[in-house]
Amino acid sequence: MNPKATETELAADTNVTASRHVSRNEGLIFEKSASGKRGMEIPPLDVPAVDPATALGRDFLRDSIEGFPEVSEIEVIRHFTRISSWNYAIDLGMYPLGSCTMKYNPRVNEFVARLDGLGTEHPQQPAEASQGCLRILDDLQKCLLAITGMDAATLQPAAGAQGELTGLLMIRAYLESQGNPRKKVLIPDSAHGTNPASVVIAGYEVQNIKSNERGQIDTDHLREFVSGDVAALMLTNPSTLGVFEERIAEIAAILHQRGALVYMDGANMNALAGITRPGDFGVDVMHLNLHKTFSTPHGGGGPGAGPVMVKKILEPFLPVPVVVRKENGQYALDQNRPQAIGRVRAYCGNFGVLLRALAYTLAYGPGIRQATEDAVVNANYIRKHLEDSFDLPYNLPSMHEVVFSDARQKKHGVNTIDIAKRLIDYGFHPYTTAFPLIVPGAMMIEPTESESKEECDLFISAMRAIAEEAESNPELVKTAPHSTRVGRLDEVAAARKPILRWKP
Amino acid sequence: MRYLPKSPSERREMLEAIGAASVDQLFQSVPEKFRLREPLPLPGPLSEVEIIQYFQARAAENARGYTSFLGAGVYSHLRSVVTDALVQRGEFLTSYTPYQAEFAQGTLTAIFEFQTLMCQLTGQEVANASMYDGSTALTEAVLMAERLTSRHHVLIACSVHPEYRQVLATYAKNLGLTIEEIGYSSSGQVDRAALTPEKLAATAAVIVQSPNFFGVLEELPALAESAHAHGALLVTTITEAVSLGIVRPPAEADIVAMEGQALGVPPSFGGPYVGVIATREKFVRQMPGRLAGQTTDAAGRRGFVLTLATREQHIRREKATSNICTNEALYALVATIHLCLLGKEGLREMAAQNLSKARFALAELEKIPGVRRVFSGPTFNEFTLEFQRSVKLINAALLREKIVGPFALGTKYPELTKRALVCVTETIPRAEIERFAAAVRRILETPV
Repeated sequence: MNPKATETELAADTNVTASRHVSRNEGLIFEKSASGKRGMEIPPLDVPAVDPATALGRDFLRDSIEGFPEVSEIEVIRHFTRISSWNYAIDLGMYPLGSCTMKYNPRVNEFVARLDGLGTEHPQQPAEASQGCLRILDDLQKCLLAITGMDAATLQPAAGAQGELTGLLMIRAYLESQGNPRKKVLIPDSAHGTNPASVVIAGYEVQNIKSNERGQIDTDHLREFVSGDVAALMLTNPSTLGVFEERIAEIAAILHQRGALVYMDGANMNALAGITRPGDFGVDVMHLNLHKTFSTPHGGGGPGAGPVMVKKILEPFLPVPVVVRKENGQYALDQNRPQAIGRVRAYCGNFGVLLRALAYTLAYGPGIRQATEDAVVNANYIRKHLEDSFDLPYNLPSMHEVVFSDARQKKHGVNTIDIAKRLIDYGFHPYTTAFPLIVPGAMMIEPTESESKEECDLFISAMRAIAEEAESNPELVKTAPHSTRVGRLDEVAAARKPILRWKP
Repeated sequence: MRYLPKSPSERREMLEAIGAASVDQLFQSVPEKFRLREPLPLPGPLSEVEIIQYFQARAAENARGYTSFLGAGVYSHLRSVVTDALVQRGEFLTSYTPYQAEFAQGTLTAIFEFQTLMCQLTGQEVANASMYDGSTALTEAVLMAERLTSRHHVLIACSVHPEYRQVLATYAKNLGLTIEEIGYSSSGQVDRAALTPEKLAATAAVIVQSPNFFGVLEELPALAESAHAHGALLVTTITEAVSLGIVRPPAEADIVAMEGQALGVPPSFGGPYVGVIATREKFVRQMPGRLAGQTTDAAGRRGFVLTLATREQHIRREKATSNICTNEALYALVATIHLCLLGKEGLREMAAQNLSKARFALAELEKIPGVRRVFSGPTFNEFTLEFQRSVKLINAALLREKIVGPFALGTKYPELTKRALVCVTETIPRAEIERFAAAVRRILETPV
């Protein structure tokens, strides 16, 4: 603290940082480091100490790590607590990121994931000493199958994108067993970017298909594309516009008639749980994002889990191992499955995430339908109150999310990103910008069931205020945010000359 | 329901405002015949305490309170309560991928620190944040090597974690990438004689693990030299990252694919963990996964953003370097906090303790008639032993004494029946090592 700095000086130059307490200007942990400090001690060695140079040989030894942090426990606590305060979070308020389903992450799930006997268990310990873990996996599978109406499941994929790949590999293995793996997978232009990326890794070509003027799959157009070369259609339902594919049964029939399968991206399952089951409307394979619909915390980018559910015909191709219950009631991992696609991740998947998803499902039971209803009510309520202020490119019944565009604000030079950044000044996280790609200047809003009427009303008033600002004071919106520790960051400079690590 | 913040009258009010007579009206786009008539057959609803009771009952059915000598890719290490206290702050736990940088500087700053720590540990120039785990990090590293060299064949040591090799094989199958396995020598290291110039000249990468699945350290500088001499890359995977506290980092490798679990992440029956890819700066545009980069705002203040996104699926779709989207950010944060607490000296001390404890256990076990060390190469905290009896039988007997025995190598390597991989970390007290050795002695002495 510079004692000479006065309030007047601070007021005169808001960029003066040296005179403020560091809590307002936290550096990197490496910049706090000083030789000889540490934040964790380990008990003294209770066996004879071995000299690493003798034990390993000099060629295998490393020097001390230059620049590695040396800080005390209190400094670690303060550093991470301070930087955490620069984040927005579900725990602070509504996080209306469309397609991301940012809902409340129950705290009891964190508690049970850390229990001694669950968080502590080794994935390769014998099955007889892992019955509790295996039962958790089996119980979760049963719940997910009940919710989706499918026949069999794997919990191994670590995230939605890996679930997509797993499902596609199973489709491929199934078609191969029928004599021809085929060449193409059809993907609507409204799909998530992971869909085409996963198709390529599964060894298929991507065939993009255009949505019709209603943002839905055009069945006539689809019929033209479904040849004997097509392995599957990958669709998201409800679509990324938040709209249910009304002709889903007809779509599935078109694929099935030509021997192709239907893959459903379950990213938007939050609109369907307890209302309808994909297994009933013609879906052959699907994944769920447990970090979306099933409330496991997103943690700033993960972890997730992407279980895959399939119909009976695909069961032999599930990745190994598969959790089974033997006649004596014991659970086991079945590794001996000759038609399996192999394995997509080590061990049984993100067990800690799967466990949290089970805790969430048990909390609701059949009442999960109420969560779905509330999510849809919230989205429609927000839509109703923002329709006058923002352009609605597809005027179709919304489910759990609504997609507006910036068409009206663009006339004043204000785009979706500007509006999103201005939302920050009103205390909300931005909605999803610029997605889906079929809506230029998209503003994709998904409130989830976790928001109260009061929180929805606050969001609506913020959005309406920004719509007014876009007309009366567009510059204010275009230069937002004005309330954060840093202003808009130069992403172009970051990519042109990347600085990807701290250096001494 | 305690998670839902609406009263019945608020629900009615909201429906009225929408102009819907009932909530069913909002689901009219779902064809009538597909709408569920009955409640789903799910267990529950459970109150908070009932949820805790269910999971406590499951925990009691596991190896709670057992002493474990299992490593084989997953390691128990000491961790501070500070780590869990910090990662459970809602600002970290309940935030999204930091696409809106101004509102996510906490996560971005931590990612930047994680990238730095991973570079320091591995001796590489850049590191991503993050991959799902070690197995998928290795697979992505191999696909990256294929892109960098335009060669479609790889040589992988069979001393790489068997499940990692299985994952690679699953991914490679439909991509035209062929995989050839290379055996091991009596030291337990990769058989260098099998890495002939002809083979190296046709391969995108030589892939090894160090310490490898048998616990033995590989001679990476020499392997790098021979790979490079024939235009191939060296890809190294690490499952036991604590080894980097004392072991020479894989600086000569072109791509390092690491499992970060050992850096403060609990075993948790296999996940979530945190995979990392670290590499040379010149290869960064072929590297998959998220990257945080440093930049400034208009006022010149330092800040961090996700960068080089043109590699990623949300921009490039089918032309992306990978399909990865959601990663393991929270566990990258766990590793970051854990390493900051441990610090330069703590990490070194922890690694040295692992070495000492494992050597002590090895000496105790080698004293037992019918137990023999298998490989001569240098080891860190794991080593391979041969027993006179079936490992399965020994482990079954150990389990009755609340000891989870070593990893039976015969299940993955038919030629290594009666061999097992023993792991000893700093978490095992001397008395438990002695109890384990005494139990093994007793079991081997018992007539069949």
